[in-house]
Amino acid sequence: MNGKRVNTGRYFMMGNVACAEGALAAGCEFAAGYPITPATEIANHLAEKLPQVGGAFFQMEDEISSIAAVIGASWTGKKAMTVTSGPGISLMLENIGFAVGVETPCVIVNVQRGAPATGMPTIGIQGDMVQAKYGSHGDYEIIALAPSSPQEMFEQTVIAFNYAETYRTPVFLLSDAFVGHMREEVVIPEPGQIKTVDRKIPELGTDPLKLKGFLDEDVAPMPIFGKGFKTHVTSSCHDEYGKRNLIDISALDKFVRRLSNKILKHKEEITLVERDYEGAEIVLVSYGGVSRAAAAATARAREKGIPVGTLRLITVWPFPGEEIEKMARKTKHVIVLENNLGQVYPYIKAEAAHFAEVSFLPPRLVGEIQDPEDILKKIEEVSK
Amino acid sequence: MNELVHPYHQFIRPTVTHSSFCPGCGDGTIAQSILRAIDGLGMGMDDFVFVSGIGCAAWIPSPLFNADVLHTTHGRPIAFAFGIKMGLPDKKVMVVSGDGDLVAIGGNHLIQNARRNIEMVVICSNNGIYGMTGGQAAPTTPMGVKTTTTPYGTFENFFEDISGLVVAAGASFVARWTTAHPRQLTASIKKAIQKKGFAFIEVVSQCPVQFGRKMGTGNAVQMLEDYKKRSILIKEAKKLSPEELKGRIVVGEFVDLDKHEMVEEVTRMKGKASGGVGEAVDTGRG
Repeated sequence: MNGKRVNTGRYFMMGNVACAEGALAAGCEFAAGYPITPATEIANHLAEKLPQVGGAFFQMEDEISSIAAVIGASWTGKKAMTVTSGPGISLMLENIGFAVGVETPCVIVNVQRGAPATGMPTIGIQGDMVQAKYGSHGDYEIIALAPSSPQEMFEQTVIAFNYAETYRTPVFLLSDAFVGHMREEVVIPEPGQIKTVDRKIPELGTDPLKLKGFLDEDVAPMPIFGKGFKTHVTSSCHDEYGKRNLIDISALDKFVRRLSNKILKHKEEITLVERDYEGAEIVLVSYGGVSRAAAAATARAREKGIPVGTLRLITVWPFPGEEIEKMARKTKHVIVLENNLGQVYPYIKAEAAHFAEVSFLPPRLVGEIQDPEDILKKIEEVSK
Repeated sequence: MNELVHPYHQFIRPTVTHSSFCPGCGDGTIAQSILRAIDGLGMGMDDFVFVSGIGCAAWIPSPLFNADVLHTTHGRPIAFAFGIKMGLPDKKVMVVSGDGDLVAIGGNHLIQNARRNIEMVVICSNNGIYGMTGGQAAPTTPMGVKTTTTPYGTFENFFEDISGLVVAAGASFVARWTTAHPRQLTASIKKAIQKKGFAFIEVVSQCPVQFGRKMGTGNAVQMLEDYKKRSILIKEAKKLSPEELKGRIVVGEFVDLDKHEMVEEVTRMKGKASGGVGEAVDTGRG
């Protein structure tokens, strides 16, 4: 093979390309997708690089078959991912629920674009944040990360694969057209410095009748296909052995609770945030591209002697309520910044409003990242 | 102790004590034809991965077959099967599902994968109705039939030739039989399993409880007699005019040809990407 999985070096790289490099470094072997602006560069790069390391990218007939093929490949033991934007996620939601229901590791990259509907393909709106958690039907937990730079597109793609493998779940990478298309310095370290995780599988030769491959809150080893486990995978309500049960409500209760608890029980390990609010009376809460504006505004405010801090969410789901509460207890004003009409805001407010004044500042034009000057004005307004 | 055990008992998942098929359902015949074919080839359940969608026929492999089985969302088994085949190219991937699942909601996946000629076997149980949900009109339900969603009778032209669609899409093996032809069906399934390409078998299958009742075609036995009467082999059908063929079921193997198969093409592509012959397979096609 003349391709390397880890292309160590220092680059001036587009976010989308960095994401594909992250997938390679993480051990992705199978990718399937459908062209959609602003995600297509990831597909192009994977199509070129994956075969060089023995993998492949497949352009499917639509997004539905893309996620289906990813799930099928994951059940053969392959690390698998798809890339798309909002309209594609909308099509994939049923099968994403399937992946959750049967506990399939996979990575779903959503490079968000102007929405709703066909919207504006090359503008980054943070419009699909809640869709990642509530888009598919039913009660379930999901893991979603929000990168704010090409460097983070690389790093968080690796983390996404690791979480997927550890918790046997789909993991979203919620980027947007700005972060996906911007070019910045990306440092890809040596392979030894990149931690990758592989899913646990049952011991070969285990009696299939004794195999509990599902519904373990501490993550059942995944009885992948082709190893003689005779695994029955169904997204109908099932028991720990994968046996369908459409009668007993107690089985449904177990199905719903255990799948959610599997993620919630490990929330602390999954939650990644960036805290910079020591001594702050005003805290800006943001994620993704908008956090760059928050950082800029904070720097200017501090120069003026205003005690401002930031809390950046990297893990958006499972919702880091404990982090919000911890921060809100220590401050007076929380300003939530999102490039939308307030998607994660209600969840932040629900936790923070017990302890602090909470407000929301959209950009002047939805679709733009907030101007740090506008953020500063808001900061000065609440600090009176 | 002498115990009478069915010869195909070994293929059935031990925790399954009974099937959920209605009395007289054609899916039982299809299930056994599949197992006969596998046994006849000297193969075992571990040589396969089965994939099925939503509907009664999808309950053939799930949970009956003692193998790796993926029971997917409605219409999508072929799409999931694509990923499984790419991940386990040496396994035989077999999709078993119904006409509503594979041809209605899943139609595009059927068309595209036939076009790709990716090596897999797809068995479509065509009972002309959505049975599991209580008997709604399907694209395969004849005109004028009163179903739960067409109380004044169906008003759409219906799918008269699913196999023809799959031939046109480019599959390298296509056959149609009915559940009144279990031996021929088994023989075709054997060929399909060994085919290096997309192998599709449509099985006209009786649903006495939903379709039979709505059409007034009687019980399972009467429906099977009707299939026998209306069936006509391909070479005989060629002698008849379109008018004479109305209402007949043309059965046999429509195509069995050699063409580029996708898994091989992917292997070749990977070899190219690796900058050498690498793992490319010489298919002798230049």
